[in-house]
This record gives sequence, structure tokens and C-alpha cells, in this order.
Amino acid sequence: MAGAPQTGTDQVIARLMRDAPPVRRLRPPFLRACLWLAAFAAVSTAGIMLFADMAVFHHRMVTFEMQIELFGTLATGLLAVIAAFELSMPDRSHRWALLPFPALAVWLAGSGAGCYRSWLVSRDGMWALGDTWHCFGFVMGFGLPISLALLWALRAARPVSPFPVALMGGVGAAALAAFLLQFFHPFDVTFMDLSVHALAVLVLVCAVTWRGRPALG
Amino acid sequence: MTSARQEAREQDRRDQDRHWAELMRAAQDGDTAAYGELLRDLLPVLRILTRRQGIRPDHVEDVVQDVLLTIHRVRHTYDPARPLLPWVAAITYRRAIDLSRKRGRVAKWEESGSDRYETYSDPDANKGLDAREHGDWLAQAVASLPPKQREALRLVKLREMSIAEAATVSGQTPGAVKVNVHRAIAALRALMARDG
Repeated sequence: MAGAPQTGTDQVIARLMRDAPPVRRLRPPFLRACLWLAAFAAVSTAGIMLFADMAVFHHRMVTFEMQIELFGTLATGLLAVIAAFELSMPDRSHRWALLPFPALAVWLAGSGAGCYRSWLVSRDGMWALGDTWHCFGFVMGFGLPISLALLWALRAARPVSPFPVALMGGVGAAALAAFLLQFFHPFDVTFMDLSVHALAVLVLVCAVTWRGRPALG
Repeated sequence: MTSARQEAREQDRRDQDRHWAELMRAAQDGDTAAYGELLRDLLPVLRILTRRQGIRPDHVEDVVQDVLLTIHRVRHTYDPARPLLPWVAAITYRRAIDLSRKRGRVAKWEESGSDRYETYSDPDANKGLDAREHGDWLAQAVASLPPKQREALRLVKLREMSIAEAATVSGQTPGAVKVNVHRAIAALRALMARDG
């Protein structure tokens, strides 16, 4: 080979070899997702224990629709976070992005059923805005730091295809923020509430996908 | 007979993948010789995978170089317990799509066909337009740049590499790449102003 002319690709390989220090292998994505979720659970549990009105929460949780909604919200958050970590690896199928959708359907069904039940009880109150913008602020205020923490953890994989990773990260952060909201939401959901919750989740998902994509890439 | 041959070929492929996985494991641990052997071994495979994505022959080497840079950037994500080829194939597929999109974006703004330019009845008035129409002017202007500026401009502006990637491919420092791109654009702007 000595003296043979080098092509541009040969030169690239030679340069990459010169700049190839040992690297620490990334742990499996499912394990990293579990570690991240465990940290989230620890911080959230402490916050709920310190600041949430658990008596009101237990009072609201007696209805089946609320329990379904709570389960759906949490499951969507957990599954979207797991999907985001899996998708951050180059060789994982894009079908991982479908993982949170069944839980998302349960969440929407639970929210819709709760809203319908409130409508049956008090039709006039369904259009009241009341404190509903506080919910918007809550989802955004908690969703953004959760998103940043999640993007920071996902960035370690330097995703080759950042769009689905950012999208799943946005869905996961928004769902987890909506789950936390249930502990600080002392009134039943009206139609306007539901609309504002959905708007907050959508805004957060779009913001995280839009800003997260270049940050991950 | 055929199935025995297929079985043997399949076995060869598995052995080859195991060997590559071992080389990548060594590369992750800092063995540069193993890393070089792996990247050189992968080149024919990368070229085949790239061509299968419908990339034009004159762009195949660009994609292959992009894939090598990406493999280098994400080599810590490879799990030696898994086969290497699907990992490499997924990266190649992604980079080929990226290149196709970039070319598509560029092509969207390009014009071709001499009838798209306005011409004048006086043949002398068309000289400047004709030169540009044939692409001569820009090609000559870029060719007149010093080699390092030309290479930096090609990598950063035409191949849309990051400064770090362009530095790796060209062998220049990141700072030099930035300066050379800036100087190349300033020189082209000055030439454009001079030639009207």
C-alpha cells in the first residue's frame, strides 16, 4: 500500500483513526429510561408530598373516569419516555414511536368521559374558564424543566434521526406534567378545562419538537 | 445443493459480522488499528448500501464519508452484543435520506434552461448572461480561490457539513475552516461586484 495514492475517503479514515480515543459504551436504552424515570419519580413524589392537597385528590379520584384518566396520563408519559430512549439509538425501528399511542387513547377517553360526566351534572358550568389558565401555566411551567432534563439525558446518544426522539420526548414531558397536574387540580374538568389542557400539551409537544430537534442533532 | 450453499454463505456473513463486532468493541476501547481495519472493511458494504438508496454514482462517496463521520460520532452507542451490520445499515440509510433531501432543497432553487434568461437583441449585451448561463463564471470564480478556501467552502456550504465535520475531512482546524469559508465568500462577493 505504501506510496499508493490516497482518496478523500482514505484520508477521512486516517484522520478518524488519529482522533479515536476510548469511549464509554452507552447503557441499554431501556435501562437509561428506567433510571431517568426513577429520578423523575423521586423528585415528583417529594413535591407531591410537600405541596399537594391529598384530601382533595382522594375525593376526586373516587370516579372511575378520573382513575382511567390518571392511569392513561401516566402510562403515556412512561411509554413515550421509553420510546424516546429507544429511538435515540441508530438501529432501533421507527415503530417504537407507536408505543405510547394506546395509552394516549386511554388518556383521551378518560378525559372525555370525565368532561361528559361534568356536563351531565352542570351544563351551564361547562363553558366557564375559571382558573383553567392556571392549568396551562402548570403544564408549561413543569413541562419545560421536565423536557430539558429529558433532552439532556437523550442527548448522550447523539441521535442520528433527532425528529422522532424530540417528538416522543415532547409527548412524554407533556404527559408527565399533565399527570402531576392531577394532584394540584382541585376541581372537576369542564369542557374549557379539557380544551386548555389539550392546548397546553400541544404547545409543549410542538415547542420541544421544534427546539429539541436541533439540540439533539 | 443450493440450500447448502446458501447456508454456507449465511454462516460466512454471521462470522464476518462477529469479526466486525469484535473490531468495533476494540475500537471503543481505543484500539485505533482495529478501528482503521473496521472502517476500511466496511467501505465496500457502505458503497453498496448507499447505491441501494438510489444515490447518484457521483454522490456515493459523499454519503460514504458522511456515514464514516457519523459512525465515528456515535460509536459509543453500539452494543457489541448486537450485530454490527444493521447498526451500520441504519446509519447509512439515514445519511442517504439526509443527502437526498439536501440535494432536493438545492435543486428546488436552481434554474436550468437557456430560455429562462432574458436576452437582448445586441449580441454583445448577452455576453455576461451567457457566461453565467453555462455555469462558467461561478465555476471559474470558485476555481480561482486558494485550495484551502475552496475545500472549506465546498464542505461547509455545498455539502452542508458542520464546522467540526469539515475540519475532520479537510484536516484543517475548526477555526481555520471558519476563516477560510468567510474569506471564500468575501472573495466571491468581490468577484461578483467586479464582474457585475
